[in-house]
Amino acid sequence: MLELRFHGRGGQGAVTSAELIALAAIAQGNFAQAFPSFGPERRGAPVMAFARIDQKQIRNRTAVSNPDAVIVLDPHILHVANSSDGLSKDGIQIVNTMRSADEVRKEYNLKGRLITVDANHIAEQEIGRVITNTTMLGALIRATGVVEKELLIDELKVRFGRIAEGNINAFNRAYEECCVEEG
Amino acid sequence: MAERKGMEVSIAIAEAASACDVDCIAAYPITPQTHVVEHLSEIVADGDLDAEFIPVESEHAAMSCCCGCAAAGARTFTATASQGLALMHEILFIAANLRLPMVMVVANRSLSGPISIWNDHSDVMTERDVGWIQVFAENGQEAVDLVIMGHRMSEDKRILLPLMVNFDGFILSHMVEPIEMPTREEVKRFLPDYEPQQRLDIDNPITMGPVGMPVVYTEAKMAAEWAVRDAYKPMVEIMGEFEKEFGRKYKPVETYRTDDSEILFVVMGGISETAMTWVDKVRDAGVKVGLVRFRMWRPLPVEDFKKAIAGVKVLGVLDRHFSPGGPGGPMAQEIKYMLYGQDHAPKIVETVVGLGGRDVNFIDFDQIFDRCKAVLGGAPVPPFELIQVRGGHYGKA
Repeated sequence: MLELRFHGRGGQGAVTSAELIALAAIAQGNFAQAFPSFGPERRGAPVMAFARIDQKQIRNRTAVSNPDAVIVLDPHILHVANSSDGLSKDGIQIVNTMRSADEVRKEYNLKGRLITVDANHIAEQEIGRVITNTTMLGALIRATGVVEKELLIDELKVRFGRIAEGNINAFNRAYEECCVEEG
Repeated sequence: MAERKGMEVSIAIAEAASACDVDCIAAYPITPQTHVVEHLSEIVADGDLDAEFIPVESEHAAMSCCCGCAAAGARTFTATASQGLALMHEILFIAANLRLPMVMVVANRSLSGPISIWNDHSDVMTERDVGWIQVFAENGQEAVDLVIMGHRMSEDKRILLPLMVNFDGFILSHMVEPIEMPTREEVKRFLPDYEPQQRLDIDNPITMGPVGMPVVYTEAKMAAEWAVRDAYKPMVEIMGEFEKEFGRKYKPVETYRTDDSEILFVVMGGISETAMTWVDKVRDAGVKVGLVRFRMWRPLPVEDFKKAIAGVKVLGVLDRHFSPGGPGGPMAQEIKYMLYGQDHAPKIVETVVGLGGRDVNFIDFDQIFDRCKAVLGGAPVPPFELIQVRGGHYGKA
């Protein structure tokens, strides 16, 4: 089973990211869950979302406390959220930052292998707004290969309709442009 | 068989109500139920469901409206949670005692105060006496299935009672997971058009809900007792029909890996599946433990429960609500009622967990299991205890 935890701020679409990856995984024939950290959603406040993907039925409904991959949607959330908390032994972190993996690892004492991507920049160029959820999914798919790229793009089309194109472009660019640390 | 599709459970419930071709929906939005009625209002507005959607000013009005709709002979659906269910309280008795079929889903949530929007069972457990049929779902698929079965049960001429489908707020309501959504045609084969026994009709006037003088009130209450108790048999029959049509099996009391267990946990609702994963884990380590879960809560399936726990030495009961200064949690109370005075009745370790959205995880199950093992080994049965309290328990701080 692959367990994912998303860190972001209210309004950045962390919950949507978790949902899209779960929907694509289900479409691929797997079992999956996605759920928010269950709070009143306030724009700008730190939020978490969770997803689980497995080949068999998933029954555990607790919050994800030992994630295999952590997705950090907001470069500054690391000041207030401990994204390394409970990260599994071979866990990875996918961080939205314009800086190098070494720099962010040092500043925030991050654990695990890092995948970095300047998602703010990509989202601004492709979508016209700094909403990084769909962009970050590109880096997540690149790093984990957990679902087929095309299935995720199908979900983006369904979810975003006429504004899907920008999101798909941002997703594809992050897939290509993210920096994956050697394992 | 329908395709397995990822969807949020609340959306799936709205789709299920739509597949049941409901005629009237009167509802007021409240977290964590909101997505259910929001999506139903969209379905109606899009013209995909020919129904009256009545956006009322409160839950009191919602339930009153539902009574009116059901009395007029409409297939009626609503949804609520927490304070909303509490606000419906007085009308819930009326719906039941007028024998008005309807289905209400409750996204179980704690009651204030302190204000909490999160999940536990305090809303439904304080409505045990209203005379409704009450069933619990443990995952999204079950919530969908129970809505469909619920209409058939509620409208069955042998039952004719309102029915409450409980599904945990957030833990289930906001979960995206795979669901097999039956089509409207499939549902129609299982759920025939509603033919009311009696209905308000200006050409053939009748009175519903007149005053019950002392000379008839007791008899009316006796009739209510029979109505709910006698619902058991047709409900089981309908679960069987559902299995034939859709292939998924439901029982009044569900069990999980109970064979050879001296200790069983009794759970209900959304934490059941997490408890199953815990059982799998400890059973793999050679420890014999299993689960008993109430699917049907009203009518209380006494004989099924007794059968499920036969021969067991200790029951660990995990309640999600309790009565302050009273006899502890509702499940434990009712289990004691079922077992009192029986030879070889198991000892009962009562715990209250998962209040107001507190995550219930393997550490909690381990802790409760340790208490059960101590009692199995001869330790005195402890009084009911709130697990997960920071800074110690009552009397032990």
